[in-house]
Amino acid sequence: MANPLNDPLTHAQSRSDDDVILRARGVTVGFGPVLVLKDLDLDVRKREILGFVGGSGTGKSVLMRAILGLTPRRAGDIEVFGVNLRDAGPEERLAVERRWGVLFQQGALFSSLNVRQNIQVPMREHMRMSERLMDELALLKLEMVGLPRSAAEKFPSELSGGMIKRASLARSLALDPELVFLDEPTAGLDPIGAASFDALILKLRETLGLTVYMVTHDLDSLHSICDRVAVLGEKKVLRTGTIEELMRFDNAWVQSYFNGERALRRV
Amino acid sequence: MAFGMAGKRRRKTVMTIHAAQDLPRLSVSGDAQTSRVVAEGPWTIFHSEVLEAALADLAMPHTAKVILDLSRLNGLDTAGAWLLHRLQAELEFHGSRVVVTGLEGSYRALLTEVEQHHPPEWVPERHPLSLVRVLEMTGRQVVEICKDAVAVLHIVGSMVTVLSGVFVRPRCLRLKSVANQFDRSCIGAVPIVMLMSFLIGAIISQQGGFYLKQFGADIYVVDLAGVLVLREIGVILTAIMVAGRSGSAFTAELGSMKMREEIDALHVIGLHVTEVLVIPRLLALILALPVLTFLSDLAALFGAGLVSWLYLDIPPRVFIDLMQVAVSTDTLLVGLVKAPFMALIIGLVACVEGMKVSGSAESLGRHTTLSVVKAIFMVIVVDGLFAIFFSSIGI
Repeated sequence: MANPLNDPLTHAQSRSDDDVILRARGVTVGFGPVLVLKDLDLDVRKREILGFVGGSGTGKSVLMRAILGLTPRRAGDIEVFGVNLRDAGPEERLAVERRWGVLFQQGALFSSLNVRQNIQVPMREHMRMSERLMDELALLKLEMVGLPRSAAEKFPSELSGGMIKRASLARSLALDPELVFLDEPTAGLDPIGAASFDALILKLRETLGLTVYMVTHDLDSLHSICDRVAVLGEKKVLRTGTIEELMRFDNAWVQSYFNGERALRRV
Repeated sequence: MAFGMAGKRRRKTVMTIHAAQDLPRLSVSGDAQTSRVVAEGPWTIFHSEVLEAALADLAMPHTAKVILDLSRLNGLDTAGAWLLHRLQAELEFHGSRVVVTGLEGSYRALLTEVEQHHPPEWVPERHPLSLVRVLEMTGRQVVEICKDAVAVLHIVGSMVTVLSGVFVRPRCLRLKSVANQFDRSCIGAVPIVMLMSFLIGAIISQQGGFYLKQFGADIYVVDLAGVLVLREIGVILTAIMVAGRSGSAFTAELGSMKMREEIDALHVIGLHVTEVLVIPRLLALILALPVLTFLSDLAALFGAGLVSWLYLDIPPRVFIDLMQVAVSTDTLLVGLVKAPFMALIIGLVACVEGMKVSGSAESLGRHTTLSVVKAIFMVIVVDGLFAIFFSSIGI
């Protein structure tokens, strides 16, 4: 249920507690004897685009999977849309799941269904609507993510990497979620494709009032669309803030990330 | 206490349902010239059923001007925006001039976005079952069979090349890989093959004995079991088990390697897929199946002997003496000689099907099924051919 606010820009500055759409407290995740995340706290605010960075193996994907409930956590609470996922019964959980969408790194389109059917899976399973409306909405979503109509009847194996990302985004938007998780959405795209994907996410935020949780390594994405950036390291969130704030943050990894040669060359 | 908690929870649920019952509505009013269509409530995908019903029930106003009042909307998403857009288009199609009023700024962006992507007119999917379609399918099948035949010949040809090249270049035999495959398809299969054969041998002996006993001919159970097991049952059962076990594994392995571009990687590194992946598997299977067949024969005869002893009171010594009269080495060899051919068939079918897997998980499943079904069918056909052959040369 998208309910766009009147002014899309005010949200980033607001600090009110009600604005938090996802709240993680003391999240601890480990595999065997190794702890990947320890006592991690995180807030995602309504209608912001939060970028997530961190070195390889710092647990960015693990955190996302822990929030989504795909990886079990040892301790901690995660509250999404005001529902604590630990106490949520199956029905409450389903209600939450219908309100978020996920774009997996490899797209994770169902290989035996074509793009149109892929987009229709959530509608078909969770809603009762006519075949006609489903087809129309699938084509609408397809175009909204910038795919040609001819892609609707194609199977995932026939699509290019960029098209898979877009088709998968269309599927994650099928039920007009309020919160979308994007795992490296621009990885593997050419710079033009990546820029247009960024523009797409911005536009969807404007029209659908999305909140975006984005794991990314793309400095251009971080600079151009993220309202805030969170840095993951030492098993927790080291710092969240705007890029400018992070550039002043005194941490060797952060410094070499944002002020390194690659980062400076982009200007 | 528990009851109280349940009551509390129930109340909460009722409240949420109550909140959700804020349903979208659509109403028409107006006079001869101007009508007013008012959309209220949450127009979102969660209420798509109600919305579609409301739109279907709507009495289309045929006035010159229609005011579409959206000021009472309290929720709008893509689905709702699309339905509003469709409604507007339908009204305009009926010749009315539509004026949209009361559209909040935040919804305007969404509606504008939706208007830019007007899908083409909806046509339901149809799958006509015509004569042309049947002919087309038949043609495709024939072409497919020809392609299969070529693929099989290609693999057999490469195998002959590799085997004859062993003397020049021993490395291309890939003994390590053959040994690894042999371990998986032979050693791993020993327990299940022997257990199954033991049971079948026991059943043959029990069933045969039951009927032969009525004629006082229960001693012939030994001939029955010996000949049947050694000539036919041992090898057929083993081949079927191996087709289900190793054949499906070969198809799935090659298929998933194909899906993940590993086969392409082998190509560009300059390796022959047949030489690296297919031939070791085929050779391992050709070695494995005779061994498994022999073990299966032993297990089945043991089962038959055990039941003869317990059920028909034929002591083991007598069983063995009678067996020596009933079967000869030829009987054993007739069974064993079929095994390598069956192994070749299972391996070829499995590898050809594996290489035919395309991008989807469904195709992987389909080809694995096909591989097992085809292999078992071919095994039985070949067994029949062997039976004709042996009877014509008088063995």
